[in-house]
Amino acid sequence: MARKDRMSGNEATAYAIRQVNPDVMPAFPITPSTEIPQMVSNYIANGQMDTEFIPVESEHSSMSATIGAQAAGARSLTATSSAGLALMWEELLLAASNRMPCVLTLVNRTLSGPININCDHTDGMGARDTGWIQIYAENNQEAYDNFIMAYPIAENKEVRLPVMVCQDGFITSHAVENIELLEDEQVKNFVGEYEPEEYLLNPGKPIAVGPYAISNYVMEARKAQEMALEKSKEVILQVAADFEKMAGRHYGLFEEYRCEDADYIMMIMGSAAGTAKEAVDALREQGKKVGILKLRVFRPFPAKEIAMALKNCKAAAIMDRCESYNTNGGPLASEVNAALFRNKVMIETVNYVYGLGGRDFTVNHVFDVFNELEQLIENGIEPEQYQYIGLRK
Amino acid sequence: MRSDVNKINEQTPYQDLTEGLQMFASATSVEFNTGEWRTDTPVYLKDKCKQCLLCVPTCPDSSIPVVNKKRLDFDYDHCKGCGICAKNCPFGAIVMREGR
Amino acid sequence: MNQTLEIRWHGRGGQGAKTAALLLADVAFKTGKYVQGFPEYGPERMGAPITAYNRISNNVIRVHSNIYTPDLVVVVDETLLDAVNVTAGLKENGSIIVNTDKDKEEILPKLKGYKGNVYTVDARKISVDALGKYFPNSPMLAAAVAVSKVMDKDTFINEMRASYQHKFAKKPEVIDGNMKALTMTFEALGL
Repeated sequence: MARKDRMSGNEATAYAIRQVNPDVMPAFPITPSTEIPQMVSNYIANGQMDTEFIPVESEHSSMSATIGAQAAGARSLTATSSAGLALMWEELLLAASNRMPCVLTLVNRTLSGPININCDHTDGMGARDTGWIQIYAENNQEAYDNFIMAYPIAENKEVRLPVMVCQDGFITSHAVENIELLEDEQVKNFVGEYEPEEYLLNPGKPIAVGPYAISNYVMEARKAQEMALEKSKEVILQVAADFEKMAGRHYGLFEEYRCEDADYIMMIMGSAAGTAKEAVDALREQGKKVGILKLRVFRPFPAKEIAMALKNCKAAAIMDRCESYNTNGGPLASEVNAALFRNKVMIETVNYVYGLGGRDFTVNHVFDVFNELEQLIENGIEPEQYQYIGLRK
Repeated sequence: MRSDVNKINEQTPYQDLTEGLQMFASATSVEFNTGEWRTDTPVYLKDKCKQCLLCVPTCPDSSIPVVNKKRLDFDYDHCKGCGICAKNCPFGAIVMREGR
Repeated sequence: MNQTLEIRWHGRGGQGAKTAALLLADVAFKTGKYVQGFPEYGPERMGAPITAYNRISNNVIRVHSNIYTPDLVVVVDETLLDAVNVTAGLKENGSIIVNTDKDKEEILPKLKGYKGNVYTVDARKISVDALGKYFPNSPMLAAAVAVSKVMDKDTFINEMRASYQHKFAKKPEVIDGNMKALTMTFEALGL
């Protein structure tokens, strides 16, 4: 039976890690994810789990050790944020291309500069093309649930790819909110034992991991990896369906909130989606046809599914908590616009960059965005196509 | 997904590759005939050999088999003909011959 | 309580304003409420002004922004009145509680003409009398509950006893002092 409790996003993640009890966790501390390895260490010290915790000297090492442990045959994970993820860059690609089903809990924080410890999605977006599955959470409950679903997705024989479970730094990681926890036994049964067919520490069946590939193999290897990522969409949905049967909470590739008849849709990821839903409820009471499309799975990118979800609205606001320095829009907008064009969905879109470095994003900001979309369609007043919310100028 | 590495080659379509190109076998280099690359060939003169075995650790390709503490003739399936062994032999028991 | 109760805490790093906000979230959770307790993080050091927030509601809370129009403001350190605009956005029909040994009339001039309810609590005196040390946490938490009426006094006292018994399992000698600080605060406020 579910147990009602209250805890922060970091506590919820550490709690889920204890329940899953993976084999190996190498980690190096960095704000705001530090509490996760700290709490896991406490659980281990108190005899509440028996994961092998490896204190390493950097994130380059923590990801390397995670890959090494996973290749050896152990269910492995690490946790990090911001510059820590950046230092893992090379290893992130190795984990995915060597098809290591390990898990990384990312507590999203911006990257320098200017140096800042607060939330935006610069770190996660920087790793968007490393071949990892990326799942974003709105609150502590989703951070908890997504972690529990991570290994069943990663270890699926047709997927075998690493999963990054993301939550917003401080806003989610350090905020205490209500949560429903599953029993240890339920989680254990749901996640199951890790039983790899092939692994390095199997003396009877020797294998080699990460061999050199001459040019004639590289494109085929990449395509095979890309197909596994494509396949993971189906697996993510299947695992979500199984999870719903156990926990009663529904998850998809994205969540459509009051979108069924919406003229205007805001597409957003992470904790700000909750704020946006609150605003949508208020606008609906005024008779405005508005909705929220909260993206949960950013990788693999559900391009066609998003295009179909947006095709009946008049205009969509695409919200990026990240500047991508391409002078053409944020990462989410670039991909959504490409998806719309490819699927011949010719609606208006406006790209907003918000919440960089922990800048607060409020219900009033959501009102302003929907107002601009309405002005665009009703009165032909063109907003800036790619703009910052709350920028002093 | 365990597959025979000998069946994977440069014509293999992507669907048939192993995940991450992992090799599900050991000592696969035995199957690879690097001796085919040889342009000059070392010749073992058994009569001059004192079995000092100085040639053995200098061979980059492990192509000098040793049995019961005595070296045998070259493993020509893998010897690339580099000639290091011939340079190292103090007794002139290895000479290089042009060609395969 | 149909609306969400929003509380903003002002304190200085190390005084426990964040802990007080989390304790309030805790005790409100135990009475069946939906809660949020979160600090606003910066490069804080001991003594730097910090802000923490609570939302308490009968319904699920989804908003993840800071609080700009609070129902209640709790000022854990009187010296902040000169440094921070503590009444910013505070609802006209809301309340502010200031930790000070001065009375309300002396404090009012520093509240920028705020017309709502103003309460003062001498948390230092209560804490020193009850605990023998200055920990403004417990008195200010009790004051926040007394003024906001987020739960009745008896429920609060009972929940806090259980909470302290758990928290101070290895230091049972401080439980009575903390409990005394809570009841003394209710008495001092006449609530």
